[in-house]
Amino acid sequence: MIAKSGSKRWVSAADPAARKAGVRVGMQAAKAQALFRGLMMVDADPAADAAALERITLWALAQYSPIVAMDAPDGIVLDTEGADHLQGGELPMVTKISNQFFAKKLTARVAVADTWGAAHACARAISRETLIVPAGEIVRAVEKLPISLLRVPEKIIGDLQMLGFKSIGELANTPRAPLTLRFGPEVGRRLDQMFGRTPEPIDPIRTRELIEVARAFAEPIGAAETINKYVGRLIAQLIDKLQKEGLGVRRADLIVEKVDGTHQAVRAGTAKPARDVVWLTKLFRDQTQKIEPGFGIEKLTLVAVMSEPLEDVQKSSSLVEDEVTDVTPLIDIYGNRGQRVYRVAPVASDVTERSVGRIDAASDPVETTWIHHWRRPVRLLAQPEQIDVMALMPDHPPVWIMWRGKRRKVKCADGPERIFGEWWRRSSEYEAVRDYFVIEDDAGERLWIFRSGNGVDPETGSHRWFMHGIFA
Amino acid sequence: MSAVPAHVIADLRERISAIERHAVRKVGCLPFGVPQIDSVLPGGGLSNGALHEFAGGGSGTVDGAAAALFAAGIAARTKGPIVWCLTRPDLFFPALAQVGLHSDRVIFVESDKEEDVLANMEEGLSFGGLGAVVGEIVRLPMTASRRLQLSAERTGTMALTIRRWRRQTEANDFGQPTASTTRWRVSVLPSEELPVPGVGRPRWLLELMRSRAGECAEFEIGACDDKGRIHLSTGSGDRSNTSRRSVYPG
Repeated sequence: MIAKSGSKRWVSAADPAARKAGVRVGMQAAKAQALFRGLMMVDADPAADAAALERITLWALAQYSPIVAMDAPDGIVLDTEGADHLQGGELPMVTKISNQFFAKKLTARVAVADTWGAAHACARAISRETLIVPAGEIVRAVEKLPISLLRVPEKIIGDLQMLGFKSIGELANTPRAPLTLRFGPEVGRRLDQMFGRTPEPIDPIRTRELIEVARAFAEPIGAAETINKYVGRLIAQLIDKLQKEGLGVRRADLIVEKVDGTHQAVRAGTAKPARDVVWLTKLFRDQTQKIEPGFGIEKLTLVAVMSEPLEDVQKSSSLVEDEVTDVTPLIDIYGNRGQRVYRVAPVASDVTERSVGRIDAASDPVETTWIHHWRRPVRLLAQPEQIDVMALMPDHPPVWIMWRGKRRKVKCADGPERIFGEWWRRSSEYEAVRDYFVIEDDAGERLWIFRSGNGVDPETGSHRWFMHGIFA
Repeated sequence: MSAVPAHVIADLRERISAIERHAVRKVGCLPFGVPQIDSVLPGGGLSNGALHEFAGGGSGTVDGAAAALFAAGIAARTKGPIVWCLTRPDLFFPALAQVGLHSDRVIFVESDKEEDVLANMEEGLSFGGLGAVVGEIVRLPMTASRRLQLSAERTGTMALTIRRWRRQTEANDFGQPTASTTRWRVSVLPSEELPVPGVGRPRWLLELMRSRAGECAEFEIGACDDKGRIHLSTGSGDRSNTSRRSVYPG
C-alpha cells in the first residue's frame, strides 16, 4: 500500500508476506521497489479508508458503547465505562470485539486502559490481540513504549528522537519547562492526557437516523432527584418520537455532559423492542446512582442507539383473567445489572451433559421437554469424579463405592442404563459407552454413577467408574 | 381452655392477621394436598406472599438436592413464571421436569455474588405476577430475610429459599432466626422397598422446624411425583411415581 504526501511516496501498509521480506511501514516507495523484487504496489485510497472506518465506528456505537469516535486514521476509540457489563465484563467484551473482526478476516488490536492516550498507545504496541490495563497501572504499561505512539506531530517525534528520547517513560520523567520551550505545549498536553491528568472528552459520532432528545440546563443540576425527574421527561419525549416512527427501542444511551467538559454515559438494553415509559424509566433509574455529577450537569442527551420496528398490539380486555405475565421487563432489569439470565431447553442428545442447552430468556416458548423413563439427578457434577468401587463385571452394580474419601455400602441399585457416544460429533466417541447406575447407600442417599465402557470390550471405555450426579 | 369455641379463636386469628399486615390483599395459600400436613400449617397450606426456607439434612446441606426438588415440586404447582436465582449452576433441569416443572416457566438468573442473589430475589418478588421466586443461598441474615418477606407480602408472590452451605459444619447457621414464615428441613430416607431388586420411590423426612403462628411437626413423605405432589409415606411399596398409566402398556 503506497500513500502520497506531497511529492513523497511511501509505504503506508504492508501485508504479512511483505513484512516478512523486510518491507517496513514508512519506507520510501522507490527504495522498497529497488530492494525487493516482485513487490506489488497498490495506491492507497484514504477516502475509502475513512468511509470504512466510519462504518465500523457506527457499528461499534450500536453494539458496544454509547461514546464512540474515530481515532483517525487507523483506529476507533470507545468509552466503555458503564457499558461493559452488558457484554459480561471487560475481558469478554474485548474478546468478542476481536473475534468479530476475526470472523471478517480482519485483525484487530484491542486495548482497554484508563485513558484514551494510554489505550491508543497500547493497542498499537501489543503483539497479541487484546490487552486490558488494570485501573491505575497506566504508568507501568506505557513507560517502555516508544514515543512515536504519543500522538504528537511527526516533526516533533523526529526531533525528540534526535535528542535521544526513546520511550514515553523517559520523556515523562524529563523536566517539563525546557520541553515546552523547545517543542511547544503539545508534548506536555499529550503526556498529561495519557496519564489522566487532564481530561480528554471523546466527541461521540452521530448519524442523522438516530433518534435523539436532549435537554440543556441554564443552571447545572446535580441532585439525584432532579436527574431522575429530567431523565423521566426525556424518556417520555423519546417515546413520543419513537411512536411517530413506529419504532421500539432496543438500546438507549443517556449521555451526561458535565460543567468541566467531561462526558459520562449510561446504557440500558432491552430484550425486546420497548416503547413503555415505565419500563425504560425503571431501567435508567437503576443506574442513575452511577452518575457522578461532579460540579454539575449542564446537558442530558438520550439517544435510541438501536431501535427496531414495533407494531401496536391491542391488549386483551381485562375481563379475560388468565393473561400470562410478560416478564421481559424483569429480564431487562437483571440483564442491565450484569446478571446472566437464561432459560434452559432440551437438546436432542442422550449424552447427559449435552441434553440441556441454555437459550435466551426472552425467546419464544419451547414446547418440548425431556422424555426420560429413567430418573435423572437433581445436581449434576460439572465433571464426573473418579471413584473406587468393587463390582462384578459386566452387568452388576457395585457392592460398595468410595467417593470423596467416604466409603458407602450399596444397599440397592437400578441399572445399567446404557448411553452410547455420539460418533457424529467426535470420532473418539465412535465406540464409547457409559453404563449408568442409580445406587442407594445405607443412609438413603441416592447417587448416579457410571462405568466408562460396557464391561466386556476394552474398546468401549477405560472401565473406570465415575460419580456423576446426586438424586434427591 | 378447651371450652373456648372454635369460632372465637378463628375470629381472634383474623384480627391479629389484619393487624399484622394491613392493606395487604388476601393472598391465600397453596395446599400440599396431604391433610395431615395441611392441618398443621395455619391457613391450610404454604401461604402465598411469604418467605419459606428449605434446607437439606446430612450431606444434603451441601448439595441441597432434596430441598431443591421439594421446592421445585411446590413451584410446579403454582401458576405463572418462576425466577430461579443461583450462584452455582449445577442444577440438572431434566430432574425438575420430572416433577412437573416445565422449562419454559423457569428463568434462571445466575450471579457471581451471594448478595446479588438476594437483590435479584427481591426484584423478582416486587415485580409481581410471578408464580414463585426461588433462590439458592448460603447466608440469610435477618435483615435480608425481612426484606424478602415484606416484598413477598406486598405482591403476594411466594418466595422459596434453598439454603445450601459450602461445608456440612456451617449448617448450624440454620438455627439463626430469620423472618421467614416457615422453615423446613428435607432429608433423604431409604427409598420405598420394592418386591424386586431396585430403587423404589424416594422417601424424605420432612421436618417443619418453624412455622409462624403454628406448631412444629415432622412427616415421612414420598418424594414429588410427576405433578410435583408429595404423599405421606405408608412404607408400602405399591405406589407408582407416575400419576398416569405406564408409558409402556402391556
